[in-house]
Amino acid sequence: MGHLLKGSVMAVQIRELLGNHKIIPVPVDGIGDMDDLYDLGMTSFASVQLMLALEEAFDIEFPERMLNRKTFQSIASIDRSVSELVAGRA
Amino acid sequence: MNARPPAFQAAAEAPSVSTAKPFLDELFEDGVLIPSGVDGLYGRSGAFEEVIDRFETLVERFSKEDGAVKIHFPPAMPRVNMEKSGYLKSFPQLAGSVHSFMGNDMDHCRLIAAIAEGADWSEFQKPTDLVLTPAACYPLYPTVAAKGAVPAEGLLFDLKSYCFRHEPSKEPTRMQFFRMRENVCIGTAEQVTEFRERWLARGPELLRSLDLPCVLDVANDPFFGRGGKLMARNQRDQQLKFELLVPVNSVENPTACLSFNYHQDHFGTLWGMTREDGEKAHSACVGFGLERIALALFRQHGSDPATWPEAVRKVLWG
Repeated sequence: MGHLLKGSVMAVQIRELLGNHKIIPVPVDGIGDMDDLYDLGMTSFASVQLMLALEEAFDIEFPERMLNRKTFQSIASIDRSVSELVAGRA
Repeated sequence: MNARPPAFQAAAEAPSVSTAKPFLDELFEDGVLIPSGVDGLYGRSGAFEEVIDRFETLVERFSKEDGAVKIHFPPAMPRVNMEKSGYLKSFPQLAGSVHSFMGNDMDHCRLIAAIAEGADWSEFQKPTDLVLTPAACYPLYPTVAAKGAVPAEGLLFDLKSYCFRHEPSKEPTRMQFFRMRENVCIGTAEQVTEFRERWLARGPELLRSLDLPCVLDVANDPFFGRGGKLMARNQRDQQLKFELLVPVNSVENPTACLSFNYHQDHFGTLWGMTREDGEKAHSACVGFGLERIALALFRQHGSDPATWPEAVRKVLWG
């Protein structure tokens, strides 16, 4: 299990998206921010659905350099990428 | 692992690989392929078919040695199985579905009128229960799942099917209808990766015995859209797909003639293929693009197989 860092507002929103879009086959409440989402059963296609859901929710577009496995690996890594894109948009 | 394939030294020496005239035109002129008026849909000459037949006997020798069960599926499969397979999530742009007229006499009149006017007549067509088979192994998995648990020793199949992919092209190596010979292994992760390793060794050996220059490279499937880029990177990062590339249209952009794919438990989970111990089955396949291999041979050795190098003829014709 990863560390349970449920502090950031962004992480809370990401967690909500994970649950609402059924991205992983386990309840999102028990997931730590550092846990590997792929290990928890997120398929390659589910990661695409997650990407599209994040883009819609945060009004961002992931650039090509971010379209890789690592970006979507954990709530923390998603938080980092989304925060960067949201900051760049402002 | 994003290394570029090393240079094709053997190909650089082969004068036939880079000529001014498009390869497709040469094939038409030599009567190897027969044009239909639609890119990617061609007739095949007797010589072309014979080369494919002979190549398949080489593959079959290995398949028999392994004890693979031979099944040939038709070029169509149940629509519900494509829907369930997830093919439309990944490759909506390549899929083909079979539609047919199901109307009454009035509808028939309208259909005829629309065609006479050169208007769009697709509104008179309705989807049938069939779609076109996109890969030789797609019809296999539901069949295996229906037969019950996968035995401890695993399962091996030797498949063949005409396949359809909607990607019209002037490159003869990218046909809309083509044949895929496939060997598929279903079992534990160890069994199927060992199967893939075995074919990763056999494939280059087989092509080199036919004097075809080839290199192995990590590859990805042509997933649709921006999300597809993410899926492609995932696939490459995990080295789930390898291709054996042969220069056919050009040395710079060699053609994938064989592919070696590890599906992990993707199809096992999707179709409920379970092993006797209750775990989800893993699967892997090796696919031979039969037209591509034949085209590589015609490109490398000339339009008349009778004049091909003796060593190559001996491997194919014995």
